[in-house]
Amino acid sequence: MKQHISNRGSLPALILVALLLIGWQAAAMKVNAAYIIPSPTQILTRLWELRVPLFTVHLPATMLVTAVGLLISLLLGLTLAVVMDAFPLARKSLYPIIIASQTIPTTAIAPLFVLWFGYGIWSKVLVTVLITFFPIVITVYDGFQSAKTEMEELLCTYGATRIQIFCKLKIPTALPYFFSAIKMAIPMSIIGAAIGEWLGAQSGLGYFSRRMMTQLDGAGVFAPIVLLSAVAMLLAAVAALVERAVIRWRGEL
Amino acid sequence: MMLELRGVTYRYPSEDFDTLQNLSFSVEEGEFVSIIGVSGCGKSTIFRLINRLLSPGAGEILVGGHPVERQKQYCGYMPQRDLLFPWRTVGENLRLPLEIRGGLSRSEMRAQVEGMLAEVGLPGCAGKYPGELSGGMRQRAAFGRTALTGSKLLLLDEPFSALDFLTRVSMQEWLLGQWQRHRQTVLFITHDVEEAIFLSGRILVVDSTPIRQLTEVPVPLPYPRERTMLSRPGVVALRERLLDSLRKQVKEG
Repeated sequence: MKQHISNRGSLPALILVALLLIGWQAAAMKVNAAYIIPSPTQILTRLWELRVPLFTVHLPATMLVTAVGLLISLLLGLTLAVVMDAFPLARKSLYPIIIASQTIPTTAIAPLFVLWFGYGIWSKVLVTVLITFFPIVITVYDGFQSAKTEMEELLCTYGATRIQIFCKLKIPTALPYFFSAIKMAIPMSIIGAAIGEWLGAQSGLGYFSRRMMTQLDGAGVFAPIVLLSAVAMLLAAVAALVERAVIRWRGEL
Repeated sequence: MMLELRGVTYRYPSEDFDTLQNLSFSVEEGEFVSIIGVSGCGKSTIFRLINRLLSPGAGEILVGGHPVERQKQYCGYMPQRDLLFPWRTVGENLRLPLEIRGGLSRSEMRAQVEGMLAEVGLPGCAGKYPGELSGGMRQRAAFGRTALTGSKLLLLDEPFSALDFLTRVSMQEWLLGQWQRHRQTVLFITHDVEEAIFLSGRILVVDSTPIRQLTEVPVPLPYPRERTMLSRPGVVALRERLLDSLRKQVKEG
C-alpha cells in the first residue's frame, strides 16, 4: 500500500522532468549551436562516443577521490562527534571552530591546495573532506545528543558504565542520524571531488569536463556531469536501501 | 528490613527549599507499599534517591541492611513510561539488565528471558519489536525487564498511569497476581487512591512539601484480593478520607 502511494507520488516529478527535457531539446535545436547549448540527445550521443575513456580512466579516478575523501570525512567526523559528546570541554572548544570552518569558501582557496599538495590525489581529497565532514560531525553529534535522558537513567539504575551507555543507547539512537549524514555526504563528496579536479588534475570527470570546455565541446562538458549525477543518485539509493535494511524503528522514538 | 531511610534530606540545586527534610521510613521484606501524593509533591524524588540517580544531602538509605552506595543492582526501577528501546526486540529489551550485569552466556540469558516472557504472559513475543505490542503488553514487558534485574526490591513509579481505564484495571489485577506468587518487596508510586488501596498492604501518604514524614495508613483488606472488596464500608470510608486529604493539598498548592 505504502509502495503504491510513493510510486504515484513520484509520477508528477517524472512528468515535469520529461517536459523540461523536451523543452531543452526544442530550445537547443532552435539555437543549433552545440558549443553553447547542446541538446540532451547530443549529450547522450557524446556520452556513448566517449564511453571508453570516461568509464575506464576518469570515472575510476573520481570515484577514488570520492571514496578516500568520504572515508577520511567519516573517520574524522565520527571521531569528532564522539569526542564532543563525551567531553563537554571538547564540545565547547570544537563546535564553534567547526561551524566557522564552513564559512571558508572552499572553492576559492582550493587552488592553494594544488600548490601545497600538487596535482595528485591529495589536493582533491582535501577539498572533498572540507566539504563533507561538516554535515557528518554535526548530524551525528546531534544524534548522540538526542538519546533520551530517561533511558540513560534507566541504564544507570542497572549499573551501566559510560561505555555501556554509549554502546547500548547512544549508538543505536544516533544510527538514523548517521544514515541521514551519509545520504547528504555522498553527493557532496562527489561534488567536492569534481571541484578539486576542475581546479587541477590529470584525470577525473571534473578534469575531463574542463578539458572539453577548452575544446568548445558543449556536449563533452555535459557528458561527464550527467555521469556524475547518475553515480551520485545511484550511491544515495544504495545508502537508502542499506538504511532500510538496518533501521526498522525510525519515527518510533 | 528491606528498605530503610534514615533522616534523608534533599534539595534540588535549582531550588531554595528542601524537597525531603529529615525523612525516615522503612519497608519490610515482601511488603507491597504504595506512596500516594499530589503531582509535584516529591514522591518520585524519593525513588530517585533510592536508586541513586540523586544523592541525599544528608541521611542514609539502606537496602537489605547495607548502604546503597556500596551496592549494585539492589533495586529494579520501572519508570512511568515503559522506555522499551525501539531498536531492540522485546527479547533483547528484557536481556538488557542481564547484559549490563555481565557474566552470563548467551544461552543462559536466552533461557532467563524466555522464562520471564512466559511469566509476564508474553510467550513467543521475544522476536517482536515493542512497536508491535499494545500498551498493556508493553508495560508487562517493561515489568519483566525490571524483574530481570534480579533485585528483591522493585520500585514502580506510576507504571499504569498512561494506560486506558480497562487496561489499567486488568494490569492491576495482573500485578497483584504476580506479587502474590513471588512476594517481592514492592514500593509503588501512584496518585490513584483506588489503585493504592486495591494493591497495597499499607499506604504512605505524602501530605506536605517538603516531605518531613509519610502518614502511614494500613489497608484493612486481606490477600488474595478481589475488586469487589473495594465496596466494603470500611474501605469506602478510607478512600473518601484519602481523597479528601489529597484534595485539600491541591487546593492549598
